[in-house]
Amino acid sequence: MLRIKDLHASVEDKKILKGINLEVNAGEVHAIMGPNGSGKSTLAEVIAGHEEYEVKKGSIELDGEDLEDMAPEERAHSGIFLSFQYPVEIPGVSVTNFMKTAINESRKARGLEDMPANEMLKLIREKSELLDIDRKFLSRSLNEGFSGGEKKRNEIFQMAMLEPKLAILDETDSGLDIDALRIVANGVNKLRSEDRAIVVITHYQRLLDYIVPDYVHVLHDGKIVKSGGKELAVELEAKGYDWIKQETVA
Amino acid sequence: MDLKDKLLSSFLAFEDKVNVNDPVHEIRSEAIKNFESKGFPTKKEEAWKYTSLNGLQKVDFSVFPKESGALEYKDIKKYFLHEIDTYKIVFIDGVYSSYLSETTHDGVDVCLMSSALNKPEYKQIIELYFNKVASKDESLTTLNTAFSKEGAYVYIPKSKAPRKPIQILHLATGNEASLMLQPRNLIIAEQNAEVQIIERHQSLTENEVFTNSVTEIFAGKDAHVDYYKIQNDNAEASLIDNTYISQKDNSIVRVHTFSFGGKLIRNNLNYYQNGEHIDSTLKGVTILGEKQHVDHYTLVHHAQPNCESHQDYKGIFGGRSTGVFNGKIIVDKIAQKTNAFQQNNNILISDKAEVNTKPQLEIFADDVRCSHGCTIGQLDEEALFYLQSRGIPKKEASGLLMYAFANNVLESVRIPELKTRINKIIANKLGVRIGFDL
Repeated sequence: MLRIKDLHASVEDKKILKGINLEVNAGEVHAIMGPNGSGKSTLAEVIAGHEEYEVKKGSIELDGEDLEDMAPEERAHSGIFLSFQYPVEIPGVSVTNFMKTAINESRKARGLEDMPANEMLKLIREKSELLDIDRKFLSRSLNEGFSGGEKKRNEIFQMAMLEPKLAILDETDSGLDIDALRIVANGVNKLRSEDRAIVVITHYQRLLDYIVPDYVHVLHDGKIVKSGGKELAVELEAKGYDWIKQETVA
Repeated sequence: MDLKDKLLSSFLAFEDKVNVNDPVHEIRSEAIKNFESKGFPTKKEEAWKYTSLNGLQKVDFSVFPKESGALEYKDIKKYFLHEIDTYKIVFIDGVYSSYLSETTHDGVDVCLMSSALNKPEYKQIIELYFNKVASKDESLTTLNTAFSKEGAYVYIPKSKAPRKPIQILHLATGNEASLMLQPRNLIIAEQNAEVQIIERHQSLTENEVFTNSVTEIFAGKDAHVDYYKIQNDNAEASLIDNTYISQKDNSIVRVHTFSFGGKLIRNNLNYYQNGEHIDSTLKGVTILGEKQHVDHYTLVHHAQPNCESHQDYKGIFGGRSTGVFNGKIIVDKIAQKTNAFQQNNNILISDKAEVNTKPQLEIFADDVRCSHGCTIGQLDEEALFYLQSRGIPKKEASGLLMYAFANNVLESVRIPELKTRINKIIANKLGVRIGFDL
């Protein structure tokens, strides 16, 4: 589904990604781990099409289609979803209206009519129950004054609404207490399916106890330096990132 | 002949049409003297630094329009808030249209200034209120005072409220190549009275119109006045709106100014607090493009203790449009425990648009809370990316962000149908689809 080949990306001439190769198939969950500054969030934002980054070399394909010339919204329409590490506060736009706009814009891109209001309400009710979201919460301004946990839960709610092919979860565990983490992880697990791929980006192994990956990759200095099964995450947790750094140098 | 000379000579002709023995005419005569000595303001004056009236003074405006033809309601219906029942005071080229209006004398007076000025039963009220809060030396105000004859007259006696909101609509037909209008409104809400007013100036053609309007608003003890100004006129219509408000104890006066169109708009909005526990609220949404110009010049004079004022103006400027916000707050020495809040936020969506914003605080009391903030910026790139990443195209995402930015000013609009209408105008201006109610 997702195929990244020799990806190099920079921001203002600073090289951040230095040759990433990654292949993710439908139904799989991949974890990308790594120390701070290794390029994890950059990778996520480059896949989603953030204009701040310049792709210098290499390619990203989704189902065989090159993403290079696609705007972020077009990538979203082809099924990419990024759960933000720091979801942006948008005062004046309620969660519900934001979701309606997003869904109808995606439908428009596919040549479909707006979703009928009753269908939309039903969908919102169904998906908010999945994440244990209170109705009152949906009429609040998007992310404004939300707690860390509420923001992340809201991200996964959006994912559930948009039903992407490929979901990238950027540090979804950061800022969450254990109860919030459990709710969010349960939500993600309910969204696992045969035709959906999930990439979990995390610094700590903690989240991976709840969202168990099929593959784990370690990112260091803009490259994937080690890949393995879920046991790699446990090993990393025990030995720390210095182990990888030393190994890379050696 | 330039406009000033034309106006001065027109005043002699004007005197043929009004009762020169009326005490009001003494006020007019004084006013024209002031205008004669001062003339139109120039950019040399600090208060007019960013707004030039030179262009307007070169136009050969008709000062006394010919009696204009009638308009069909269906052709102008869209300029009314027609979704709800309202009283209507409608003027066509400055002349009252009884056909399009709906006035009342049922417990309250919603009628014409010309009646109030001429009929003996209003004499006492006119003596008490007319020209009592309007400036006696600001030249454009005195120009209006000199020619004051017609406009809206609203009198709400003690503890009364009209059954429905009042709409004041000024239409310009374009029968004249260029027309100058000087409406004069007097709004009085006595103790514990309440009134809601919507005012709009609308030119029906691309012919030039210059309106120099004066509105006096008096709010008695515990009175509540909501005044909504819709400024969404054609590209050749200019408006100078001079509004003066006098408030007594515990009164609330809220003025919302929606500036979406017109050539040159200047809003001189002046609040004078003459009592305690007063709430003065000034809100504005300005969305401009092309070469439009809007200048908000506000004054809140806190003259008594324990009062509040809230100012919140939001502006979005595209094209080569220019905006000005000058907010003056005066807190007298005795006005302790004043709480004055002022906010002016602007977004520039074009490199050629310009905004000048200036808070002006003169505080002579020592136990007050005054806060002010002015910002001029662009749209937040991270917020745009966030919306785009959810499938909302960049153009729609920008529109949505601007819409949200302007929208919170509408929270205090108390007529739901008006709020919906303004929302639609804003969404239209910004190219946002609103298949929902924000």
